[in-house]
Amino acid sequence: MGIIETLSYYMQYPFVRYALIVGVLIALCSSLLGVTLVLKHFSYIGDGLSHVAFGALAIASVLKISNNMFFVLPVTVICAVLLLRMGQNARIKGDAAIAMISVGALAIGYLLMNIFSTSTNLSGDVCTTLFGSTSILTLSREQVWLCVILSIAVVVIFVLFYHKIFAVTFDESFAKATGVNADFYNLLIAVVTAVIIVLAMNLVGALLVAALVVFPAISAMRIFKTFFSVTVCAVIFSVIGALLGVLISILAGTPVGSTIVAVDIAGFLLFQLAAAIMHR
Amino acid sequence: MALITCDKLSLGYEGKAILEDLSFSIESGDYFCIVGENGSGKTTLMRTLLGLIKPMGGCITFGEGLKSSQIGYLPQQTTLQKEFPASVREIVLSGCRSEKRIHPFYSKEQKNTAQDAMDKMQISHLARKSYRELSGGQQQRVLLARALCAASKVLLLDEPVSGLDPKVTAEMYEVIEELNQKEKITIIMISHDLGEAIHYANRILHIGNSIFCGNVEDYLQSKEGRYFAHHVCSLPEGTHFLRKPDGRKGAGHDGHH
Repeated sequence: MGIIETLSYYMQYPFVRYALIVGVLIALCSSLLGVTLVLKHFSYIGDGLSHVAFGALAIASVLKISNNMFFVLPVTVICAVLLLRMGQNARIKGDAAIAMISVGALAIGYLLMNIFSTSTNLSGDVCTTLFGSTSILTLSREQVWLCVILSIAVVVIFVLFYHKIFAVTFDESFAKATGVNADFYNLLIAVVTAVIIVLAMNLVGALLVAALVVFPAISAMRIFKTFFSVTVCAVIFSVIGALLGVLISILAGTPVGSTIVAVDIAGFLLFQLAAAIMHR
Repeated sequence: MALITCDKLSLGYEGKAILEDLSFSIESGDYFCIVGENGSGKTTLMRTLLGLIKPMGGCITFGEGLKSSQIGYLPQQTTLQKEFPASVREIVLSGCRSEKRIHPFYSKEQKNTAQDAMDKMQISHLARKSYRELSGGQQQRVLLARALCAASKVLLLDEPVSGLDPKVTAEMYEVIEELNQKEKITIIMISHDLGEAIHYANRILHIGNSIFCGNVEDYLQSKEGRYFAHHVCSLPEGTHFLRKPDGRKGAGHDGHH
């Protein structure tokens, strides 16, 4: 069978279509916010939050909460707000706060899973949560809808507040001095980031989420020079990366999350090369 | 009534006062320089004037219908900004204030304001260029244009020439003086460089262990001014100050150091 035939064969299955839809949407959202996060030097918040989401997921599975999204999402949002507040607090430095919360959540999460899990394949469960090996192929209809709705919300928020987000990203003090409520926009950015992290965890797993935030933004910045073009390029980069990643993982039978990240890394190297040639 | 009046102000962070009992006023049209040693609270004072931090005591009153958010601000550049991928136009436009919280697009009026500001700073030809590819002086002009979008009456400049080479520094001071003279914009400037402060400003606020506020001539006769001039800026002993043809006061010798 040729590649096209194989693909159209797989496309008959709803779970493959779901995986593609969710993959593209998550890639789109994470890259939108990724540009801001990278420029504000907030990308480590994305990383920290993903560990928090892992801890929350462990607790949810111990408590046997049927739809764990309704537990994981609020917990991650609350932690995002806390991290932001602590980052502004002079006593505990932002990076130390992130390290404390993220490593703490990771350890507690694993501990809980280890003590309370009734599963016979514990290391398999942990591996799945961390690297998202197969979870994207087991998405339910409800999860897909939740993902679609949240993604639309993220895009709408980003478009409506685009100029304010730019102003706060470029120069927070100036924005504040001219009457922009910078604290509100920082909060908005943190909450939206938490939502994206939780969504993306289904796709690539807790440990690899930060890759979806960082790679498209960094790659786009190598070549493009205005905020608008960087944002658009990051989105296109990320969506193509997710599409290719999902398709390759289906054809080659590789884990979805790490395949997408591998494609993103390849894309990043390509952009590096292109930038090096352009600047010569 | 003065444009900005500060009465018995105490400034500081987290309950620790850096400056106490500070009273001065800034008149419309002033070229007002704030000088003082490092750590004397210059930047804290500026952030308080902008409303970014609250004074620990005393009060600031604005006259002539001015609000603290109508003051244009030229902050010191951060390293983060120097690498920022944004076009000049995007940055200048971001200075335009808007009453509405949600505005996906800039209005015609805001675009015109930004264009005017870029024209005044002579950077219109750079509008599509990326900020990170500009020279230090050009970047400073972009930020000044952005400040102009935010305010038409008062500009607060925090060390506007730090890190610029002498030629660009001189150009920057010229641009600022032109804004003060032609556009009648009140300038409030933090400066390290006392020589330049004396040269361009009409009034000086010296903060530190003792506080002085007044005309440039009086400042140079005061003990704060003499100490600062001779020990910090090492102007030659006995430097005399002449009235320049345009009626401003300047240092009698012409050496900028």
